[in-house]
Formats: sequence, structure tokens, C-alpha cells
Amino acid sequence: MNIATKPIIARRSPGPDGEKIITLAALAVGGQGGGVLTNWIVAVAEANGYRAQSTSVAGVAQRTGATIYYIEMCRDTGRMPVFSLSPSIGDVDILVASELMEGGRAIMRGFVTPGRTTLITSTHRIAAVSEKTAPGDGRMDETDVYEAMGVAADQLVAFDMETVAKQAGSVISSSLLGALAGSGALPFDRASFEDIIRASGRGVDASLRAFGEAYDIARGDKPAPEAPTAEERPLPVLNVPEGLKASWSALEKRLTAMPQDIHEMTGLGVKKVVDYQDVDYGHQYLDMVEKAVALDAAPYEMSIAAAKYCARALCYDDLIRVADIKTRASRFERVKDEVVVKDDQLLRLTEYFHPRYEEFTTTLPRALGRFMQNRKSIEAFYTKYLDKGRRIRTDSLSGYLALWTVSSLRPLRRKLLRHDSEMTHANTWFSKTLEIAQTDKALATEMLTNYRLIKGYSDTHTRGMSKFARVMGAVDLLKGRADAADWMRRLRTAALDDVEGDKLDGALQTVKSFAE
Amino acid sequence: MAERSFAKEVQKLKMGAGETFTGEGILAITKALLENGVGYVGGYQGSPISHLMDVLADSQEILSELGVHFEASASEATATAMLAASVHYPIRGAVTYKSVVGTNVASDALSNLASGGVTGGALIIIGEDYGEGSSIMQERTYAFAMKSQVWMLDPRPNLPSIVQAVSDGFEMSEISNTPVMLQMGIRSCHVHGHFEAQDNQRPDMTVSDALENPKRDLERIVLPPATYIHEAEKLSKRLPAAQKFIIDKEINERFGSPKGKVGIIVQGGTYNTVIRALNRLGLANLYGDTDVDMLVLNCVYPLVPDQILEFCEGKDAILVVEEGHPNYIEQQIGHMLFQSGKSVKLEGKGTLPMGGEYTGQVMVDGLGEFFSTYAPKMLPVAKVTTNEEPIQIPDLTNSLPARPPGFCTGCPERPIFAATKLVEEELGEHHIASDIGCHLFSIMPPFDIGATTMGYGLGPASASAFHNADKEGRRSISFVGDGGFWHNGLTSSVGNAVFNKNDNVIVIVDNYYSAATGGQDILSSRATNKTKQTQNSIVTACKGMGVKWIRQIDHTYDVTKMRDTLKEALTTQVEGPKVIVASSECMLNKQRRVKPQLAKAAKDGKRVVRPRFGVDEDICTGDHACMRLSGCPSLSVKDTGDPLRDDPVAAIDQTCVGCGNCGEVADAAVLCPSFYQAEIVSNPSDFEKRRASRTGKIIGWLQNRRDAKRVAFA
Repeated sequence: MNIATKPIIARRSPGPDGEKIITLAALAVGGQGGGVLTNWIVAVAEANGYRAQSTSVAGVAQRTGATIYYIEMCRDTGRMPVFSLSPSIGDVDILVASELMEGGRAIMRGFVTPGRTTLITSTHRIAAVSEKTAPGDGRMDETDVYEAMGVAADQLVAFDMETVAKQAGSVISSSLLGALAGSGALPFDRASFEDIIRASGRGVDASLRAFGEAYDIARGDKPAPEAPTAEERPLPVLNVPEGLKASWSALEKRLTAMPQDIHEMTGLGVKKVVDYQDVDYGHQYLDMVEKAVALDAAPYEMSIAAAKYCARALCYDDLIRVADIKTRASRFERVKDEVVVKDDQLLRLTEYFHPRYEEFTTTLPRALGRFMQNRKSIEAFYTKYLDKGRRIRTDSLSGYLALWTVSSLRPLRRKLLRHDSEMTHANTWFSKTLEIAQTDKALATEMLTNYRLIKGYSDTHTRGMSKFARVMGAVDLLKGRADAADWMRRLRTAALDDVEGDKLDGALQTVKSFAE
Repeated sequence: MAERSFAKEVQKLKMGAGETFTGEGILAITKALLENGVGYVGGYQGSPISHLMDVLADSQEILSELGVHFEASASEATATAMLAASVHYPIRGAVTYKSVVGTNVASDALSNLASGGVTGGALIIIGEDYGEGSSIMQERTYAFAMKSQVWMLDPRPNLPSIVQAVSDGFEMSEISNTPVMLQMGIRSCHVHGHFEAQDNQRPDMTVSDALENPKRDLERIVLPPATYIHEAEKLSKRLPAAQKFIIDKEINERFGSPKGKVGIIVQGGTYNTVIRALNRLGLANLYGDTDVDMLVLNCVYPLVPDQILEFCEGKDAILVVEEGHPNYIEQQIGHMLFQSGKSVKLEGKGTLPMGGEYTGQVMVDGLGEFFSTYAPKMLPVAKVTTNEEPIQIPDLTNSLPARPPGFCTGCPERPIFAATKLVEEELGEHHIASDIGCHLFSIMPPFDIGATTMGYGLGPASASAFHNADKEGRRSISFVGDGGFWHNGLTSSVGNAVFNKNDNVIVIVDNYYSAATGGQDILSSRATNKTKQTQNSIVTACKGMGVKWIRQIDHTYDVTKMRDTLKEALTTQVEGPKVIVASSECMLNKQRRVKPQLAKAAKDGKRVVRPRFGVDEDICTGDHACMRLSGCPSLSVKDTGDPLRDDPVAAIDQTCVGCGNCGEVADAAVLCPSFYQAEIVSNPSDFEKRRASRTGKIIGWLQNRRDAKRVAFA
């Protein structure tokens, strides 16, 4: 349904001297500093000989919800105008939104009017709780919001003001003010805005930098900061020690012999599995990919899926893997970078572990592990005395060595119980897929992609495995149908979408009903 | 107290004649109280009037100089009962609270106060939390004014009018021996503006003076036969006195041209919205100059029939603009018109919506319809016809995520509800009763916990009907905050459960003060307060009430302990209520206090440890189970940029305060080992530095040794 905006006839009339009320609403997410921004705007207006009034509907401490601040101002002619206390549909001259979806919300609420409203919005995202809790990717699509902005706003100033503020060492209220000043929507010059920032007395230099940067971008004098897109992120560095160069190049040779279309994905995959285990593991991986290639043809979509998900299947998340990652030099550097540790500061690092009996036994050699799994008394002992959260300080020698020791089991991994069960699982999946690929490549591609459902640790992992099994169980019902691949994709989406599995149940029921 | 300083605001209270006061509405009222010789002030905090309480709490010096007594009342009932000081003594008193919830609590005291009447001016400042953004049920305080026969002012929402209403209110109260409510809308409380200050006035009689010269007057006490006399007096003396005052002092204002054939009667509080709508319809300029005849009721109760009838004289139609339901004012006016046989057409609800906030658009539509019907010639042609084509704006209803309020970053209540979720995963779903306060956000995602909320401190009381016939069966879990506990939860909830041998579980969420309203001190606050006795134990109070099974958890972030304690409470054989007091300081207020202190200490070269959390993105598998048990604003999702991976992984941003919830939840729920806690040590000691360097060298050697023997891609 589209909202039909009635032509605006209820326009404000100016005063006898041509003076006009300017209305400005700011939509912020709680805790973003909307109050500071409001105070600045009022102060700028008053410094320019305007009368101004601001109101807010912010609870004292209620956070993270959407909050509205509202300001009205008018050139001072000696009389007090009757200012309104809340924004009105179709009657907002300037709308400032401190997050992309809040800009969208302003449009939905009718505060952005064609032919009237200057919309100033930051384009960065703050994911709402509902977007974060989806087991897959629950983030909303932004396309509709951008499209609506183009239609609704009279003038649009939209760029990532959060990044501008961060780069200047400031907070978003400064860059929002800069964008507002630069938009020219208010009849006040740049200097008067800057004076107010200076008078506020806290973090002035950083605020002025963020203000200036956003001002220039809003005026079109400078380009907006580019958000680093996923593809542009730097890849990890590949480090091949001297002694392994020969065997590594053998792997690279095999890779080069494969079709061009799958080079990128297979290249990443082979690096990942070799990093995970060793060069031989890389050959094992390429064996699998080659089997898919043999049944495939350009554009090799199935093979690309095989390259991606076979790497995932081979690099299962076990204790050794976790310990390995946690003890690497590159990981320490990344943490230092992420939490911002300066040269004269020290970093203490605590890891949170909670290995259950299951993880303990599967990290043992096959026979011993099975033996232990069948001994209820040992399990009971473990559960009672050892099954608890462990805090390990990896900046201390003892803590580091504990993890280091676990990670040193890597060369023995192939002999461990977990490897055995993972490989059985992966082989069953892969051979079934290859069997289907003989007749239905599209369905086989979807079967490969189903590996996406397996993730997490402990209970989450078990749940993932069970979802995977149920989705894969539909293969026999679907094979031979023209729309088999499509249904397989739908089943997977349903499984990804919900935590409890209700949607998957429903989808499976539907499949069963037409398969009978 | 969260130790926030209101020093700047306190300075504003010291202003004298000739100075211009700048600030928000509620602060203007605070200043006006002092200018009008108030003798004592009390109240209960709550948006939107908390600021009044906060500033007065920090103004002890100036208050004692003036001989004004201020106290933070235990509840709205306490505050209203406090006005008893104005019954026999000519002392002006004022109290404040959020309405309609506060008025509900106060209503017993309010009835008694109104019955006997007052000698000194008694003002009740009501923060009417009605309309969009309100956190309470939508009812009108007006009904209380009518039933108790107290008067109600609703001034135009600008600072000079609001300040004038304080002065008028006291005077009206004294002249009519009746308490007066001063109603402020939530936006008027927060409106920023200016007014000309006056000198502060010492009260003619202080509360100390009264104590030294006690008085009593049997006629003012609510006991038969005086009660029957009070009712008669309300009608024969106090009401006429109030109505005469309204006319004599011109409390209600008349705007526009009296010759108009149509007129509008508006509550003072909605005046600005009405003027804006008239302006948009071309019927008023931006200063409010208009030809439309308007009667603005700055006093909405009582009405003065003569004034109303005179206004309606010679008119074809009048419109009553009255926000909220029921339409008490319109009904009274209709009654007046009918009784006096007038034929003027009365419009109100119908032309305007029955309920809901009268926003700008609602007002434009309603007034537009009224004028089109009764005075079409007044509307400029340009307003009713147009050649502009409507523009279709895409509907975004399904493209935007809802953004309900939730717990702040690092909130100590989050782990309590994460633990509750974990217990429910194990023992199944339970009936959960919620209460008023931040902890009510547990009703929102991701927790989705809680079935009812029945009133402040009444969480456990609202589960009192649930007596399980099966002793081994399920119990209810109810929540109450420390604020609600002291407000009335101790008796209404805990005492009631003990007395009735209720077996259910009660969780008292203690965050060291009244956190949701801004960190005001209460009985169990941990801080020392010069003017209050704090640090009174909730556990001792409960034991005193007769609770046998009680557990104190002093670190709510320990999710495992929290979960195990809850489980024990749900399964123990001990009879009677099972009480868990879960205590950790409100993180929002704590950060406001601690952050500047730590920054200063680090700057001064002292050793400072700043904790925060992080996620190893190579270990996170993107399942987001952690977020389904958290909802922390600093814990979000991000893309990895790795083509081998499909789903975004968890990430913790710079706003993390290192509360530990992520790690604790991952541990208690056995989620994953992705989380790490980083502690950044500024100005470490020499010993620490040496040790770190030594350890670093050994670790570095181990890492290099391994990297020399493997192909690494990380």
C-alpha cells in the first residue's frame, strides 16, 4: 500500500514582517546525544537573533528506543511567537535523523514532505534487536528507505555521519550539526555554529573537526567517507615457511589446473584448510572439489558451492581449532587493535571457555573417546566436578601454555574421535550430493549450501546438526521434481529463520503433503 | 544518589528580580515555588517531574537559607499526606509527582486533604504523562479533581504562563481553602524558554515555627460530624470562592474577536497546538493574533458557568478542544447550555477524536472540519482548493525494524533476565509477573518475559492469587525493583506473601537507587547522603517481615549463580515466599560518575584498568545465540568480508563497558568460546611491565616456532 500524501494546503503563514517559523525535528536512538544537538541548535538560533524553543519526549533514563527532539525558531521581531510543542505531519522544515532507519521512520510518520522538508540523515546502521537475534542474517534491506528518501525529501543530505565523527575523534552530534549547517537549511553562517561548539567547552577541537568535515561534505566540497564494503576488506596474509614452499606449490599447481571460474573460492578454501590442518588436508580438499568439477560445467555454480562448503565441512570447530586461533600472534595484534591498546598501556586477556564432557571425550583418540563416552560414572564425575566455566588468562604464561598445549594436538587430529565423526558426516553428505548431481545439479548445489545450517558450539551445534539432518531428509522426497532445488532452498531459509524450528516443521509438512 | 551534580541548575534558583531565567518548564516551576514563599516541598520522582526533585535535592543550602523544608517522599501518598502541614497552619506547601499513576497512589490522602480543606496554599504539581512517548496507561487526572473537589490549573505551555500559574495556584488555594493541582503536560515540562525572575521569598511561617506553636481545629479533621460539614462547605463556600477568584483574577483568557459567530473553548495546555493549526488554516498569525473567538481555560476545574454562557452568547457553534477521554469539560458545558435553554451547537469529541493525543495534524483536521461546517467563509479559498498533485511516498511499514526501548549497555538487570530465560529452558515456562521500572523492559525482545504489570511495587502482589494446589508444581516468578519495594512492595507484596503463606518466587531487582528516574536515593541506596539515612538493607527488611528463604546476590553479572539460585528457589521445599535480592549498580548512572573519575586518574598517572569485551570473529559462527540472551546495544552484528562465510558474526563496539554479561552468558548457556575480556591497563607498574615483557618474549618465541613449521593464513 502506498500512502497518498494530500497536497499541503495547511501551510504556516508568515508574520507581518515576512518572518517565518522554522520547524526542526531530530529523531535519534536513545543515548546518541540528541539532547546536546538540540541545545546547540537553540543556542545558534538565539545567537543569530532568533527566538527558539525546544522540547523532547525523552524519558530520564530509558534507552535504545527511538526518541524525538523538536525545535522551533523565528527571527526576533520583539514579540514572542506561539511555538508548537511537537512536530506535525507535513509541517516539518528540517528533519535530522541520526541513523538510516530512523530517517526512514521519519518518512513513514509523515515528517518528511515533498516540496518542504530538508532531510539530513546519517546513513550508518544501528541494528535493532530483532535484526540481531536472527540465527542467520536478519538485517533489513535498505533499498526501500533510500528510494523513499529520494521521493519524500525536498533536499537530501545523506552520508555516514557516524564515521565522520569517529574519524575526527568525536560523536555524531557534532557531525549532524555540521551537516545541518552545511545543508544551508538554516539561515545562519558557519562561524556562528562554530562559536557555539567552542562555548560548550568539552572536546571542542574534536567536535569542530567533525563539524567541519560534515559541513564540507554536506556542501558537496568533499566526498563522503566510503564505507568499507565486504569485498574491500584486507584478506589475511598467507605465510608459507621455507621448508613447506615445495609442497605448497604442488597444491597451487593443482588449483591452477582447475577451471578459472572456481579459482577464487577454491583458492580461499585451500588456504583455509591448510591453515586449519596441513598440506595433505589441502589435497584431500581438492580431491573433493575435483569430484564436483567432474560433474559440472561452466559457469560452475555447483563447483563453487562445493569449494565453499567442503572447506567449511573440513574446518569444523573443535577445541584444537579454538585453542589454535586464541594463541596466534596475529590474533593478539587484532585484539590490541580492536580494543585500542596504546603503546604505554598493557593488555590483559581473559578467555571464556566451558568445555562439556562431550567436547572433552571427542578430543581423545577414537577408541578411548568411545570408551569414555559409554562410561556414565566418569561422565557423572566430570559433570559434577569439571563441567564449569573456565577463565583462562592468555596474557599469562600458565594460561597461554594451557591453550598452547591443546593447540599442539593439531598433528594428531586425524586420530581423534571428533575427526572420525565429522568425516563420516561430511562424506555421507558429499557422496549423496554427488549422486544427486548426476541428474540434478541445481538440487546438488542447494544440498551443498545446506552446510550453512551447521554452526555454533555445544547445544547450538547440536541444534544446527539436527536442522541440517531434517532438511537433508527431504532430498528423497524432492528428487526428480523440476522444482526440487527451489524447495530445498525454501526449506533451508525456513530453518535459518527461526530458532525453535516451527517454520521448518511447517515447510517440511508442505513438502510431505505434495510428495505423497 | 548517582552523584550527578545539578550545580548549574541550583545557581538558576538563586536568581533575583531583573534577571532572565533560561531553562526548561519544570525548572521554572521550581524557581517559581521559591519566589512565592513556599514553606515546604515534597514529592515522588518520576518522569516528567524528576528534575524538580533532583534540583531541590541539590539545593539544600539555598533552601535552608530561606527556611524551606524539602524532602523526597516515600511515595505519592506520603507526599500528599505531607500537605497536611497546610491544614491548620498558613504555610504554603507544594508536592509533585507523575500522574495519573502517582495520583492513584495519592488518592486516599488527597480525599482526606480535600475534605478538611487547607489554610495555607497547597499546590500539587502533576506531571501529566499523556500522549505519545508516555510510559503509563492513558487516563485523565481530571476525574480526581472532580471527585475530590480540588481545583486544577492547566496553563498555556510557555514559561511566563507556567510561572504565573504557580502564583495563582497558591492564592486560589488560600482563598478557597482547597488544594490546587497544577497540571503540566510531558512536553511542557521539558519545554525550553525564558521568563523574568523575581526575588525568592522566605515563607511567612516556617514548618519550625508551626511546630513551636501547635494548633488544632476540630472542624478541619475528617471525622463525623465534621465530614458532613466539609461536603456542604465545599459546595457552598469553597467552590464559589474559587469561581469568583477565576473571574476576578482573569485566570481564563479571551483571545480573538468576541463578535465571531463561532468560538473555541480550549484547555490552556493545548493552546499552542490550536494556534498553530489556526495559523496553518490561515486564521491566525504566528503570534497568535486571530479573529477566531477563543476562551482559554487556564483553570480547567472548576468551570465558571457564567463565563461559559457569556462566551457562547450569540454564537452559532462552539468547539470544545479537550484532550483525553472522557470529555468531562464538554459534558459540563453541554449541561450548562441545556439548563439555560441555549440553542448554540456544541461540538467537541466527534469533530475531534475521542481519545489519543491531539497532535498538529489531528488539530488541523478537526478545526478544518469545524470551520468548513459552521463558518466556511472564514477559511481562505487557498486552503480548501488546490491544483497540486498528491505525491506517492513509498510505504515503509515493512521495511523498518521496530526499535522498542531496552536495557542500556552494561545494565545489571540484563543478566537477571538471561538467567531467567535459561531457567525456563530447563524447567519450562512459568507465569511471570512484572512491575514498574527499567526491569519492565524484560517484556521486550530478546527476553519476552512477563505477563502483567499491575502497579508500582505490586509485581509480587499481582501473582498472589497463584497458589499451586500441588506443592511440587510450578511456582510463579515475580519481579519488583528496589524503588517499588520501598514505595509499597515491602507491605503490599512481600508482607502479603508471607502472611498468606504464598509459595512463589519474588526477585527484588536492586540497582542501588531509583535508577529509572535518574538515580535518586532511596532507603537501600549504597551511597552516603548527608541529608538522608541510606544503606538500609532490603534483606533485613524482608526478614523482619517474616521471609524465611532469602538469598542476596551481590553481583548480578554472575549468570550461573543467578540461574542456580532461581532454580533452587523454584524447587526448594521451604514454605512461604522465596525472595532473591539481586543487586548491582545501575550501569548508566555508574558510568556517568565513574568515567570522568577514571579518565582523570589515568591522566594523573595513576594505574587504571578499563575492561571491555570482544569477539574472536574466526571463532564466532554467526548463530547469534548470544544476542538472543542479551540485547546489549554494544553487541551487534558485522560482516566478515570472508567469501567462505554466509552470515554476519557478533561484534562488540567501542561503547562496551566490560560488564561481563557476554562472557557469563556464553559460559552459563554453554554457547561458544568466542568471547574474550580485555583489560586495558593504563600506567602499569614497573613490575607489571617487566612481567608482561618477559611473558611476551616467551609467547612470541613459541608463536614464531610454530609459524616456521606451518602454512598460516590468518
